[in-house]
Amino acid sequence: MSTDHPVGSIKMYLAVFFALLTFTAITVAVSFLDLGFMNTTVALAIAVTKGTLVVLFFMGVRHNTPLIKIVAISGFLWLLILFTLGMSDYLSRSWQLW
Amino acid sequence: MANQHPSTSRGAGPSTPHGTDAHVAHHPKLQHHFYTMAQQLEASILGMWVFLVTEIMFFGGLFMAYLVYRTEYPQAFIAGSHLLNVKLGAANTVVLICSSLTMALAVRSAQVGSRRGQIVNILLTMAFGTTFLVVKYFEYAEKFEMHHVPGLHPFDGTPQMQIYFSLYFCLTGLHAAHMIIGLGIMTYLLIMAWRGKFSPAYYTPVEVGGLYWHFVDIVWIFLFPLLYLIGRSSA
Repeated sequence: MSTDHPVGSIKMYLAVFFALLTFTAITVAVSFLDLGFMNTTVALAIAVTKGTLVVLFFMGVRHNTPLIKIVAISGFLWLLILFTLGMSDYLSRSWQLW
Repeated sequence: MANQHPSTSRGAGPSTPHGTDAHVAHHPKLQHHFYTMAQQLEASILGMWVFLVTEIMFFGGLFMAYLVYRTEYPQAFIAGSHLLNVKLGAANTVVLICSSLTMALAVRSAQVGSRRGQIVNILLTMAFGTTFLVVKYFEYAEKFEMHHVPGLHPFDGTPQMQIYFSLYFCLTGLHAAHMIIGLGIMTYLLIMAWRGKFSPAYYTPVEVGGLYWHFVDIVWIFLFPLLYLIGRSSA
Protein backbone atom coordinates (compact mmCIF):
# COMPACT_ATOMS: atom_id res chain seq x y z
CA MET A 1 0.00 0.00 0.00
CA SER A 2 2.88 2.35 0.61
CA THR A 3 3.47 2.37 -3.15
CA ASP A 4 0.38 4.59 -3.33
CA HIS A 5 2.51 7.46 -2.05
CA PRO A 6 5.91 7.25 -3.67
CA VAL A 7 8.37 9.88 -2.47
CA GLY A 8 8.77 12.56 -5.13
CA SER A 9 12.30 13.49 -6.11
CA ILE A 10 13.65 16.91 -5.11
CA LYS A 11 14.50 17.45 -8.77
CA MET A 12 10.81 17.05 -9.68
CA TYR A 13 9.70 19.55 -7.01
CA LEU A 14 12.31 22.05 -8.21
CA ALA A 15 11.21 21.59 -11.84
CA VAL A 16 7.59 22.36 -10.89
CA PHE A 17 8.79 25.32 -8.80
CA PHE A 18 10.72 26.85 -11.72
CA ALA A 19 7.81 26.17 -14.09
CA LEU A 20 5.53 28.12 -11.70
CA LEU A 21 8.02 31.02 -11.54
CA THR A 22 8.32 31.05 -15.34
CA PHE A 23 4.54 31.15 -15.78
CA THR A 24 4.35 34.01 -13.26
CA ALA A 25 6.91 35.98 -15.30
CA ILE A 26 5.01 35.21 -18.51
CA THR A 27 1.65 36.28 -17.10
CA VAL A 28 3.08 39.62 -15.93
CA ALA A 29 4.86 40.23 -19.25
CA VAL A 30 1.82 39.30 -21.36
CA SER A 31 -0.46 41.59 -19.34
CA PHE A 32 1.46 44.62 -20.67
CA LEU A 33 0.84 43.59 -24.31
CA ASP A 34 -2.38 44.73 -25.94
CA LEU A 35 -4.15 41.53 -26.97
CA GLY A 36 -7.67 42.92 -26.65
CA PHE A 37 -10.08 40.51 -24.98
CA MET A 38 -7.41 37.79 -25.26
CA ASN A 39 -5.51 39.38 -22.32
CA THR A 40 -7.97 37.93 -19.82
CA THR A 41 -8.12 34.60 -21.65
CA VAL A 42 -4.34 34.21 -21.62
CA ALA A 43 -4.10 35.29 -17.95
CA LEU A 44 -6.74 32.73 -16.94
CA ALA A 45 -5.19 29.98 -19.09
CA ILE A 46 -1.83 30.54 -17.37
CA ALA A 47 -3.49 30.63 -13.92
CA VAL A 48 -5.31 27.35 -14.65
CA THR A 49 -2.04 25.78 -15.82
CA LYS A 50 -0.25 26.92 -12.65
CA GLY A 51 -3.09 25.70 -10.46
CA THR A 52 -3.08 22.32 -12.21
CA LEU A 53 0.68 21.97 -11.65
CA VAL A 54 0.23 22.66 -7.93
CA VAL A 55 -2.69 20.21 -7.63
CA LEU A 56 -1.00 17.39 -9.55
CA PHE A 57 2.56 17.67 -8.22
CA PHE A 58 2.71 19.67 -4.97
CA MET A 59 -0.58 18.26 -3.67
CA GLY A 60 0.26 14.88 -5.19
CA VAL A 61 -3.20 14.22 -6.61
CA ARG A 62 -1.66 12.30 -9.53
CA HIS A 63 -0.76 9.53 -7.03
CA ASN A 64 -4.10 9.60 -5.19
CA THR A 65 -6.96 7.13 -5.60
CA PRO A 66 -9.67 7.69 -8.25
CA LEU A 67 -12.11 8.63 -5.47
CA ILE A 68 -9.93 11.54 -4.31
CA LYS A 69 -9.39 12.63 -7.92
CA ILE A 70 -13.14 12.72 -8.51
CA VAL A 71 -13.73 14.76 -5.34
CA ALA A 72 -10.99 17.23 -6.33
CA ILE A 73 -12.33 17.59 -9.87
CA SER A 74 -15.92 17.94 -8.60
CA GLY A 75 -14.94 21.07 -6.66
CA PHE A 76 -13.78 22.85 -9.81
CA LEU A 77 -16.68 21.41 -11.84
CA TRP A 78 -19.24 22.85 -9.42
CA LEU A 79 -17.41 26.18 -9.52
CA LEU A 80 -17.85 26.16 -13.31
CA ILE A 81 -21.57 25.38 -12.87
CA LEU A 82 -21.82 28.39 -10.53
CA PHE A 83 -20.14 30.67 -13.10
CA THR A 84 -22.09 29.29 -16.08
CA LEU A 85 -25.55 29.49 -14.53
CA GLY A 86 -24.72 32.76 -12.77
CA MET A 87 -23.52 34.48 -15.91
CA SER A 88 -26.29 33.01 -18.09
CA ASP A 89 -28.62 34.92 -15.77
CA TYR A 90 -26.76 38.23 -15.61
CA LEU A 91 -25.78 38.33 -19.29
CA SER A 92 -29.33 37.66 -20.49
CA ARG A 93 -31.08 40.21 -18.24
CA SER A 94 -30.73 43.18 -20.59
CA TRP A 95 -31.70 41.33 -23.78
CA GLN A 96 -34.98 43.23 -24.00
CA LEU A 97 -33.02 46.49 -24.19
CA TRP A 98 -30.97 45.45 -27.22
CA MET B 1 -16.39 -8.72 14.81
CA ALA B 2 -14.22 -9.43 11.83
CA ASN B 3 -17.06 -9.94 9.39
CA GLN B 4 -18.67 -6.66 10.46
CA HIS B 5 -15.79 -4.72 9.00
CA PRO B 6 -16.60 -3.22 5.62
CA SER B 7 -14.46 -5.07 3.16
CA THR B 8 -12.97 -2.65 0.74
CA SER B 9 -10.61 -3.47 -2.06
CA ARG B 10 -8.28 -0.79 -0.77
CA GLY B 11 -8.12 -2.13 2.74
CA ALA B 12 -7.56 -5.78 1.93
CA GLY B 13 -4.29 -5.80 3.79
CA PRO B 14 -4.29 -8.16 6.78
CA SER B 15 -6.67 -11.13 6.67
CA THR B 16 -8.02 -10.25 10.11
CA PRO B 17 -8.63 -6.66 11.13
CA HIS B 18 -6.34 -5.72 13.97
CA GLY B 19 -9.32 -4.65 16.05
CA THR B 20 -10.33 -8.27 16.69
CA ASP B 21 -7.11 -9.05 18.46
CA ALA B 22 -5.73 -6.38 20.73
CA HIS B 23 -2.42 -8.20 20.89
CA VAL B 24 -1.64 -8.01 17.20
CA ALA B 25 1.21 -5.54 16.78
CA HIS B 26 0.24 -2.43 14.82
CA HIS B 27 1.30 1.16 14.55
CA PRO B 28 0.15 3.09 17.65
CA LYS B 29 -1.33 5.79 15.39
CA LEU B 30 -3.49 3.27 13.48
CA GLN B 31 -7.07 3.74 14.63
CA HIS B 32 -9.21 0.68 15.05
CA HIS B 33 -11.64 1.33 12.23
CA PHE B 34 -8.87 1.17 9.62
CA TYR B 35 -7.09 -1.87 8.26
CA THR B 36 -3.79 -0.26 7.32
CA MET B 37 -1.88 2.99 7.76
CA ALA B 38 -2.16 3.57 4.00
CA GLN B 39 -5.95 3.26 4.15
CA GLN B 40 -6.04 5.64 7.11
CA LEU B 41 -3.93 8.18 5.23
CA GLU B 42 -6.17 7.90 2.15
CA ALA B 43 -9.24 8.55 4.32
CA SER B 44 -7.62 11.67 5.81
CA ILE B 45 -6.62 12.99 2.39
CA LEU B 46 -10.15 12.37 1.11
CA GLY B 47 -11.61 14.20 4.10
CA MET B 48 -9.29 17.16 3.53
CA TRP B 49 -10.27 17.32 -0.14
CA VAL B 50 -13.96 17.35 0.77
CA PHE B 51 -13.19 20.33 3.02
CA LEU B 52 -11.18 21.99 0.24
CA VAL B 53 -14.17 21.58 -2.12
CA THR B 54 -16.26 23.58 0.36
CA GLU B 55 -13.43 26.13 0.42
CA ILE B 56 -13.53 26.36 -3.38
CA MET B 57 -17.22 27.22 -3.15
CA PHE B 58 -16.53 29.66 -0.26
CA PHE B 59 -14.12 31.65 -2.43
CA GLY B 60 -16.29 30.82 -5.48
CA GLY B 61 -19.08 33.10 -4.30
CA LEU B 62 -16.69 36.06 -4.23
CA PHE B 63 -15.21 35.12 -7.61
CA MET B 64 -18.79 34.99 -8.97
CA ALA B 65 -19.42 38.50 -7.61
CA TYR B 66 -16.15 39.62 -9.21
CA LEU B 67 -17.25 38.15 -12.56
CA VAL B 68 -20.65 39.86 -12.45
CA TYR B 69 -19.30 43.31 -11.53
CA ARG B 70 -16.29 43.17 -13.83
CA THR B 71 -18.68 42.37 -16.72
CA GLU B 72 -20.89 45.27 -15.61
CA TYR B 73 -18.14 47.87 -15.00
CA PRO B 74 -15.02 46.86 -16.99
CA GLN B 75 -13.58 50.40 -17.05
CA ALA B 76 -13.85 50.84 -13.26
CA PHE B 77 -12.05 47.53 -12.75
CA ILE B 78 -9.24 48.62 -15.08
CA ALA B 79 -8.97 51.97 -13.28
CA GLY B 80 -8.94 50.26 -9.89
CA SER B 81 -6.41 47.66 -10.99
CA HIS B 82 -4.03 50.42 -12.14
CA LEU B 83 -3.95 51.69 -8.55
CA LEU B 84 -2.46 48.41 -7.31
CA ASN B 85 1.29 47.82 -7.23
CA VAL B 86 2.12 45.07 -9.77
CA LYS B 87 5.66 44.69 -8.40
CA LEU B 88 4.43 43.96 -4.89
CA GLY B 89 1.74 41.62 -6.21
CA ALA B 90 4.23 39.73 -8.38
CA ALA B 91 6.75 39.58 -5.51
CA ASN B 92 4.08 38.11 -3.26
CA THR B 93 3.21 35.54 -5.94
CA VAL B 94 6.85 34.46 -6.02
CA VAL B 95 6.94 34.35 -2.19
CA LEU B 96 3.87 32.08 -2.09
CA ILE B 97 5.27 29.77 -4.79
CA CYS B 98 8.46 29.51 -2.70
CA SER B 99 6.35 28.65 0.36
CA SER B 100 4.54 25.94 -1.63
CA LEU B 101 7.90 24.43 -2.63
CA THR B 102 9.13 24.34 0.98
CA MET B 103 5.76 22.91 2.08
CA ALA B 104 6.05 20.10 -0.48
CA LEU B 105 9.63 19.49 0.71
CA ALA B 106 8.43 19.39 4.34
CA VAL B 107 5.99 16.59 3.42
CA ARG B 108 8.79 14.84 1.55
CA SER B 109 11.08 15.16 4.59
CA ALA B 110 8.41 13.47 6.72
CA GLN B 111 8.07 10.70 4.11
CA VAL B 112 11.81 9.97 4.24
CA GLY B 113 11.95 10.39 8.03
CA SER B 114 14.11 13.51 8.19
CA ARG B 115 13.21 15.43 11.36
CA ARG B 116 15.66 18.22 10.50
CA GLY B 117 14.21 18.50 6.98
CA GLN B 118 10.70 18.86 8.38
CA ILE B 119 11.72 21.56 10.88
CA VAL B 120 13.77 23.57 8.35
CA ASN B 121 11.12 23.41 5.63
CA ILE B 122 8.20 24.20 7.95
CA LEU B 123 10.16 27.18 9.33
CA LEU B 124 10.89 28.37 5.78
CA THR B 125 7.21 27.98 4.86
CA MET B 126 6.27 30.10 7.89
CA ALA B 127 8.88 32.71 6.97
CA PHE B 128 7.53 32.98 3.41
CA GLY B 129 3.94 33.10 4.69
CA THR B 130 4.84 35.87 7.14
CA THR B 131 6.67 37.79 4.38
CA PHE B 132 3.52 37.62 2.26
CA LEU B 133 1.38 39.04 5.08
CA VAL B 134 3.88 41.84 5.82
CA VAL B 135 3.87 42.89 2.15
CA LYS B 136 0.05 42.70 2.20
CA TYR B 137 0.02 44.94 5.28
CA PHE B 138 2.02 47.62 3.48
CA GLU B 139 -0.27 47.35 0.45
CA TYR B 140 -3.35 47.79 2.66
CA ALA B 141 -1.72 50.72 4.50
CA GLU B 142 -1.07 52.43 1.18
CA LYS B 143 -4.73 51.98 0.22
CA PHE B 144 -5.77 53.80 3.40
CA GLU B 145 -3.27 56.62 2.76
CA MET B 146 -4.37 57.04 -0.86
CA HIS B 147 -8.10 57.03 0.06
CA HIS B 148 -8.82 53.89 -1.95
CA VAL B 149 -10.76 52.16 0.81
CA PRO B 150 -14.46 51.70 -0.09
CA GLY B 151 -16.94 53.14 2.36
CA LEU B 152 -14.50 55.64 3.87
CA HIS B 153 -14.72 59.35 3.15
CA PRO B 154 -13.18 60.74 1.12
CA PHE B 155 -12.85 58.02 -1.51
CA ASP B 156 -10.62 58.95 -4.43
CA GLY B 157 -12.50 57.45 -7.38
CA THR B 158 -15.88 56.63 -8.87
CA PRO B 159 -18.63 54.69 -7.04
CA GLN B 160 -17.98 51.79 -9.44
CA MET B 161 -14.33 51.76 -8.35
CA GLN B 162 -15.59 51.32 -4.79
CA ILE B 163 -17.12 48.02 -5.96
CA TYR B 164 -13.75 46.97 -7.36
CA PHE B 165 -11.99 47.82 -4.10
CA SER B 166 -14.73 46.14 -2.05
CA LEU B 167 -14.02 42.93 -3.96
CA TYR B 168 -10.27 43.54 -3.67
CA PHE B 169 -10.46 43.79 0.12
CA CYS B 170 -12.94 40.89 0.49
CA LEU B 171 -10.96 38.52 -1.74
CA THR B 172 -7.47 39.39 -0.46
CA GLY B 173 -8.80 39.72 3.12
CA LEU B 174 -10.37 36.26 3.05
CA HIS B 175 -7.17 34.95 1.49
CA ALA B 176 -5.03 36.64 4.17
CA ALA B 177 -7.27 35.15 6.88
CA HIS B 178 -6.55 31.73 5.39
CA MET B 179 -2.83 32.52 5.45
CA ILE B 180 -3.02 33.42 9.16
CA ILE B 181 -4.88 30.16 9.91
CA GLY B 182 -2.25 28.37 7.80
CA LEU B 183 0.50 29.88 9.95
CA GLY B 184 -1.31 28.51 13.01
CA ILE B 185 -1.39 25.05 11.42
CA MET B 186 2.32 25.38 10.58
CA THR B 187 3.08 26.27 14.22
CA TYR B 188 1.30 23.07 15.33
CA LEU B 189 3.16 21.01 12.71
CA LEU B 190 6.46 22.59 13.77
CA ILE B 191 5.92 21.61 17.41
CA MET B 192 4.93 18.05 16.42
CA ALA B 193 7.91 17.75 14.05
CA TRP B 194 10.22 19.13 16.75
CA ARG B 195 9.00 16.40 19.11
CA GLY B 196 9.66 13.81 16.41
CA LYS B 197 6.00 12.77 16.13
CA PHE B 198 6.14 12.08 12.40
CA SER B 199 7.70 9.13 10.62
CA PRO B 200 7.54 7.55 7.15
CA ALA B 201 4.73 5.36 8.57
CA TYR B 202 2.75 8.28 10.01
CA TYR B 203 2.89 11.82 8.63
CA THR B 204 -0.84 12.46 8.00
CA PRO B 205 -0.97 15.91 9.69
CA VAL B 206 1.94 17.21 7.54
CA GLU B 207 0.32 15.84 4.38
CA VAL B 208 -3.12 17.28 5.19
CA GLY B 209 -1.73 20.61 6.43
CA GLY B 210 0.26 20.79 3.20
CA LEU B 211 -2.90 20.31 1.11
CA TYR B 212 -4.45 23.30 2.89
CA TRP B 213 -1.36 25.46 2.34
CA HIS B 214 -1.18 24.60 -1.39
CA PHE B 215 -4.89 25.38 -1.76
CA VAL B 216 -4.35 28.88 -0.34
CA ASP B 217 -1.47 29.29 -2.82
CA ILE B 218 -3.78 28.32 -5.71
CA VAL B 219 -6.34 30.96 -4.65
CA TRP B 220 -3.62 33.61 -4.86
CA ILE B 221 -2.48 32.27 -8.27
CA PHE B 222 -5.95 33.30 -9.52
CA LEU B 223 -6.27 36.50 -7.46
CA PHE B 224 -3.01 37.99 -8.75
CA PRO B 225 -3.92 38.22 -12.47
CA LEU B 226 -7.60 38.97 -11.78
CA LEU B 227 -6.90 41.89 -9.40
CA TYR B 228 -3.49 43.27 -10.40
CA LEU B 229 -3.13 42.65 -14.14
CA ILE B 230 -6.36 43.98 -15.68
CA GLY B 231 -5.96 46.30 -18.66
CA ARG B 232 -2.28 46.96 -17.99
CA SER B 233 -1.59 47.38 -21.72
CA SER B 234 -3.81 50.46 -21.83
CA ALA B 235 -1.88 52.23 -19.08
